[in-house]
Amino acid sequence: MNAKYHDVLEKIDDIAEKIYDDLTKRNIPYLSLPTRTKSNIYFNEKLNVWKYGKNNVQRSAKSLDGAYMLLRTMYMADFIKEMIKVNKSSTLREMYYISEGWDLAKFSSQNESNLLAEDLEVITSLMREDFKLRPEEDGARVIGDITIEEITRNNTKRMIHCQDDVGDSGYSIPYNVEPEKVAFKKSDVDLIVAIETGGMFDRLVENHFDEDYRALLVHLKGQPARSTRRFIKRLSEEKNLPVVVFTDCDPWSFRIFASVAYGAIKTAHISEYLASPSASYLGVTPSDIENYDLPTDKLTDEDIKSLKSELTDPRFQDSFWKHEIKLQLKLGKKSEQQALAKYGLDYVTDTYLPEKLSEMGMIKK
Amino acid sequence: MAKITAVDLAKKQKEISVAEFFERNKHILGFGNPTRALVTTIKEAVDNGLDACEEVSLLPEIIVQISKGEDENECIIAIEDNGPGIVKEQIKHIFGRLLYGSRFHAIRQSRGQQGIGISAVVLYSQLTTGKHATVTSKSQEDFPAVIMELAIDTNKNRAEVLSKTLDHWDKPTGTRIEVPIQADYTRGRRYIYDYLRNTSIVNPHAKITFIEPDGSIHVFDRTSDVIPAKSEEIKPHPQGIELGTLIKIAKNSKARKLSSFLKTEFVSMGSRTTNLVCETAGLDQNMNPVKMSRDQILALHKAFQQVKIMAPPMNCLSPIGETLIRRSLKQETQEISPEFIITSSRPPTAYAGNPFQVEVGLVYGGNLSKDDQIKIMRFANRVPLLYQQGGCVITQAISNIDWRRYGLEQRSGKGIPNGPAIILVHVASTQIPFTSESKEAIADISEIENEIKLALRACARNVERHIRKKDRRKKTRDKFVLITRILPEIAKKSASMLEKPLPPLDPVITKIMDVIWIEDLIEYETVKGIPVQTTLLESDPLKNPQGLITKSTIVVANYKDKPQHFFLYALIPQDAIVGVASPEPVKKTDTYLKWKLEDIPPAQKIDITFELAGLQKGDFDENDLYVSQINPAYVIGADKWEGE
Repeated sequence: MNAKYHDVLEKIDDIAEKIYDDLTKRNIPYLSLPTRTKSNIYFNEKLNVWKYGKNNVQRSAKSLDGAYMLLRTMYMADFIKEMIKVNKSSTLREMYYISEGWDLAKFSSQNESNLLAEDLEVITSLMREDFKLRPEEDGARVIGDITIEEITRNNTKRMIHCQDDVGDSGYSIPYNVEPEKVAFKKSDVDLIVAIETGGMFDRLVENHFDEDYRALLVHLKGQPARSTRRFIKRLSEEKNLPVVVFTDCDPWSFRIFASVAYGAIKTAHISEYLASPSASYLGVTPSDIENYDLPTDKLTDEDIKSLKSELTDPRFQDSFWKHEIKLQLKLGKKSEQQALAKYGLDYVTDTYLPEKLSEMGMIKK
Repeated sequence: MAKITAVDLAKKQKEISVAEFFERNKHILGFGNPTRALVTTIKEAVDNGLDACEEVSLLPEIIVQISKGEDENECIIAIEDNGPGIVKEQIKHIFGRLLYGSRFHAIRQSRGQQGIGISAVVLYSQLTTGKHATVTSKSQEDFPAVIMELAIDTNKNRAEVLSKTLDHWDKPTGTRIEVPIQADYTRGRRYIYDYLRNTSIVNPHAKITFIEPDGSIHVFDRTSDVIPAKSEEIKPHPQGIELGTLIKIAKNSKARKLSSFLKTEFVSMGSRTTNLVCETAGLDQNMNPVKMSRDQILALHKAFQQVKIMAPPMNCLSPIGETLIRRSLKQETQEISPEFIITSSRPPTAYAGNPFQVEVGLVYGGNLSKDDQIKIMRFANRVPLLYQQGGCVITQAISNIDWRRYGLEQRSGKGIPNGPAIILVHVASTQIPFTSESKEAIADISEIENEIKLALRACARNVERHIRKKDRRKKTRDKFVLITRILPEIAKKSASMLEKPLPPLDPVITKIMDVIWIEDLIEYETVKGIPVQTTLLESDPLKNPQGLITKSTIVVANYKDKPQHFFLYALIPQDAIVGVASPEPVKKTDTYLKWKLEDIPPAQKIDITFELAGLQKGDFDENDLYVSQINPAYVIGADKWEGE
């Protein structure tokens, strides 16, 4: 066991210690952790990302729900301790199935166990990688003129050029993108384009956008996995590359951008590892719906609710977002990236993206 | 045009035959359509059978058999009881003559009253099928049964005996009637089933067997072996008498003086009241009642209403009793598995000189739908009322209560509420004021409505208390899981992770609970060879030394951080007799037990036990517990003692 895990074990034992102390001091045991809602995130000037504020919730054994949470926390902590001792790791889903055997402490859904794993990160200020826990899904796909050095499972180094050494579906981002696993070698690109949908990613690949505009294309696969965000963050920082985010035009897509650029509400405790503060939003914007006269759908009640919620989300308080969200509410419409196909399959790469990128000052006309 | 004279008119004036009368009024008598006719036929015969058995104190066994007749719309109805039978000479009058009966003049609670019922069935059969009724009756055990085929001569309102034979019958005594009638069985089946089931609920001493045309058999078994106390026949009460009846009684009286006439022919007339009535009417006490003039009788009738007269005696009523209502509701709602059954009964009282009494039962929860209207079960003198629910005072009373505060839904606090409940209301009276001859709804009499409301409110308060108690218990039960299972696990896990000894939990447990928890457990034990007292059975316990003992264990646990002392009360259910109680209560009355609980230390519990006799399994599932000399907010499982 290396020194890093020694620290992890100590922090896990701190949790047990806190509960044990409460009991011996005749107090009702509890753990406190930051409230993980949008009302408790603040912009951290130093880190340039959004982090949790000072509001705390108490998980107390005074209520049945609280007591269950404590018991589950103890079981999970003990499980992690065991994994570290025997040098094994498990997926979040495997842990959920293992928890079936935890009797009273078992979870009723995987969402519960995932949330608790995040709670543990928050309480201990560690990352789930430290706990030997990993997600089921790996990150998404990448295509562009960059060479990556990956340490394979056989513990050998392998160089992968993300155009020449991969097929049209690109390089697949592994779940662990820390330097011990992935290193960025030679690169010859000017910017990173993060794309929400697979359809648009494939369109850009087919149209050689990566080659024509010296871009690194990253497929976000909807709400991006941690490793995808971490990959973008590391790459943009290490290679000093600007990031643009290209998504559908609806409230959910705006949140995808926010999690890439500002940090997600659920993972605000590790925003500084995941968020790329330099990322900017390319589109499709509500203004684009009007300017490009795009085909649209009506906003659903859910869409309207979540747009309104974004108006009170501290991350969307700048003039650009306020204007665009209000405009979309006024239009009552949403659109998709692929709606640009209205003007032909090459329109997005020949007209839309070049126009938008030069507007943003990313490329010269 | 020639002038019509009285003589001409007289040619058209003639006696109306009963058949014509029936034909025109059959809807009033409950034969309005083939479905109703089917139900009415069964109802009349079953009511008669039950009345007959009770008159001679036999536990009723009624068999209702329906088979298909020759025609498509014809059913053959056979109803059999184990009553005393009917003497040969009376059979033709009872079954073959309208308005003939023994109960029309009697002032006491009975099912049938008018003497129309069963003969109307025979007439209906004759009019719709052209066939005849067959009556079998056996009134003496060692003699054969008489079997008579009857028709009604509708011009004379007399029975015609078409055939008369003797035959062997297995039954010691009993009566059986078989009539072919035109009926709609497909549509009527549900009503018959409901009627028989509901009859069984309010007649827990009766066993009713229902055999359908396809041969399937439903048995509504008895839940009680106790024959209801026979209702006494009483003299009329002055306030309920009609003028015509008063004139008739006066003319036929054997009394020589008005004072003795009043005292002997009426109830509730003592010397003082008699004096007052005579004084108010301006009549001489010594006058001969037979010789009273019309005006004098009018004055007397008026005086009856002006003078305050004691309520009539109530032994003419035969209520079902709360324990038996509970018992039958419990049996009949088994499939629903209700959360609780609550009953309430009012003391007897009178409207217009007619004694009456209201009993109600309420079934709550279980599989009953939360969104549907509550189900109402109406009964008058142990007879289910199936039709005209909307026009009945029972429905009116229910609709005029604001149920929202008792946990049921009701738009604007009026109307029949929605919720998972069944309400049973039984009105017993010597004279049920029905809205019509078909006896389907009770008329809007304010005294009756008020009594029903009072009984319902008492039930509803209990429902509310039950729900509240359940909610608090649920919350505290959650905490029990917490302190007995989860907290020890948390402690164990933290200790094992740190390789330290288990920390003590009691102080934390009292902090988390912070209540006094009272829980009761009820068990039933059958004892043999020891006499068990009971109030319900009249039989001598010494002759039949066995029975069921209900054992209650009340656990009082102090989950507060200081020692606690207070008084605990347990109500004794109706019809129960208290046996051994430990520790010894400081007070014992007919209705409750009271214990003084001294200094229970924190995290400690004490057990209180007591035994009850005279109850059956399931008569009650939960003790009604109360506390005093302590803040009731600290106590889960008992309410504040409000005094007796």
